[in-house]
Amino acid sequence: MSHHIVEARELAFAYPDGTAALRGVSFTIHHGEAVALVGANGAGKSTLLMHLCGHHLPSAGSVNIGGLSLSRGTLVAIRRAVGVVFGDPDDQLFMPTILEDVAFGPLNLGLSPEEARNRALEALSTVGLATLGDKPPYHLSAGEKRRAAIASVLAMNPDILLMDEPTANLDPRGRRSLIGLLKSFEHTKIIATHDLDMALEVCPRTIVMDGGAVLRDGATLEVLTDDALLEQAGLERPLRLQGCPVCGQARMHGKPHG
Amino acid sequence: MTTLEQRLFDLGRMDLLARQDTAVHRLDPRAKLVATLGFIAVVASFEAHALTELLPFLAYPIALAGFGNVSVRYLLRKAVYVLPFVLFIGIFNPLFEPQVVFRVGPLAVSAGWISCASLVARGLLAVLGALALLAVTGMGNVCAAFEKLGMPRVLATQLLLLYRYLFVLAHDVARMARARSMRSVGNAGMGLSVYGSVLGHLLLRTLDRAERIHLAMRCRGFDGQVRGLSTGRWRVADTLFILGCAACFYAARRYDLTLLLGQLATRLGS
Repeated sequence: MSHHIVEARELAFAYPDGTAALRGVSFTIHHGEAVALVGANGAGKSTLLMHLCGHHLPSAGSVNIGGLSLSRGTLVAIRRAVGVVFGDPDDQLFMPTILEDVAFGPLNLGLSPEEARNRALEALSTVGLATLGDKPPYHLSAGEKRRAAIASVLAMNPDILLMDEPTANLDPRGRRSLIGLLKSFEHTKIIATHDLDMALEVCPRTIVMDGGAVLRDGATLEVLTDDALLEQAGLERPLRLQGCPVCGQARMHGKPHG
Repeated sequence: MTTLEQRLFDLGRMDLLARQDTAVHRLDPRAKLVATLGFIAVVASFEAHALTELLPFLAYPIALAGFGNVSVRYLLRKAVYVLPFVLFIGIFNPLFEPQVVFRVGPLAVSAGWISCASLVARGLLAVLGALALLAVTGMGNVCAAFEKLGMPRVLATQLLLLYRYLFVLAHDVARMARARSMRSVGNAGMGLSVYGSVLGHLLLRTLDRAERIHLAMRCRGFDGQVRGLSTGRWRVADTLFILGCAACFYAARRYDLTLLLGQLATRLGS
């Protein structure tokens, strides 16, 4: 695949119980873009991610990833291009030790145990866990688990990274270092999150979802300073764009300075 | 921390023990698995009233643990958990076999008591052997060894995931139990109906999680086969280990070593 474009066209999906989760979602994400997917609980963020990794197939409309239209036939190829970091790292770390877990994907790609081990060690050192490879997952802290889950995806060399709430349940320092890590990745990134401050730092572009549809798709700073829009989507300004907690002043309006 | 969580922590210690690097740890998991299965089979093969003959077999788990730098006391404490189950199986033997075999002073010992004791001894030996194997090999390696030795792949994968998610499930249970007891006053709220609802929730949660795990596996190219990292090769030491174990088990099965040792001691003494 030469260009890793992620594209949704009039994507619609209803759960078996009839709940319409997506109603005609359309967007195009280009190679190397970092896009935040924000919206209230139940807005359809996770459902959309589940489509982009092929867990759900669209009821109507289409998903196009790297030139392949999502269907049962293209599932394997699409999952090679897309790496998903799920919300709960415990769901993702299923092997007895971290190293084995990170090597799980590369081994499935057909690498020899030797190559897979090297690839896994490389991914672990990228996320700063080089020394923890032989630990079982339940001996790790929440932050370490999250990093390990990211390493398990990186080891497969995906072109596109999908992440569901990567900063949830992390302590401030863990969150800070994760943000640094995310910024260092050159992959196409799509990050579903409630952490709007993180979105502001990591993603130049933001898609706001509401009731299973795209409410706004634009530059993050513009989107996250549009109070009417945020109100409608059940969100609020990122903390760093809010006023001083003591005097309430110095609130930033309109265009950013400098 | 609830006792459940403490127990789990203790179980997690097993993995720490298995990550050591000793001569026993370096043996091929298949060799240790085969030897342990053989050990259990031989111990089980004794006739119902064998008791002293079983004593020499204690050497296997002790040796495995000893050379593997694992405390035998720790294993014994774990093995005691199965004691009630084995005891229940043998507890009625004294009723079935009331004939007196020998007397210790005024105490008449019937054949049933001996077979019951034999059953308990064998149960404990088998469990000790299995625990020693786990402590010097690790669950992941044991599963991989099972698969290499021909166990259906589905079963081996199930076993592996069962062990991994035992911890997650127990934490779920502990959290729910804590939440319930915090809102139960005295015995109110601890009834069976609530218990049923908690269990139902747990089942639904587990199903959800299973689905998410499956998705995570599929996303990383899982095709039904869990491939291991270990490039473990069978070495001469592994063959020697199996042969040595087989010879020892054969000798201990064929001859009553305890009796021979006793005779030797009396002859030396006289």
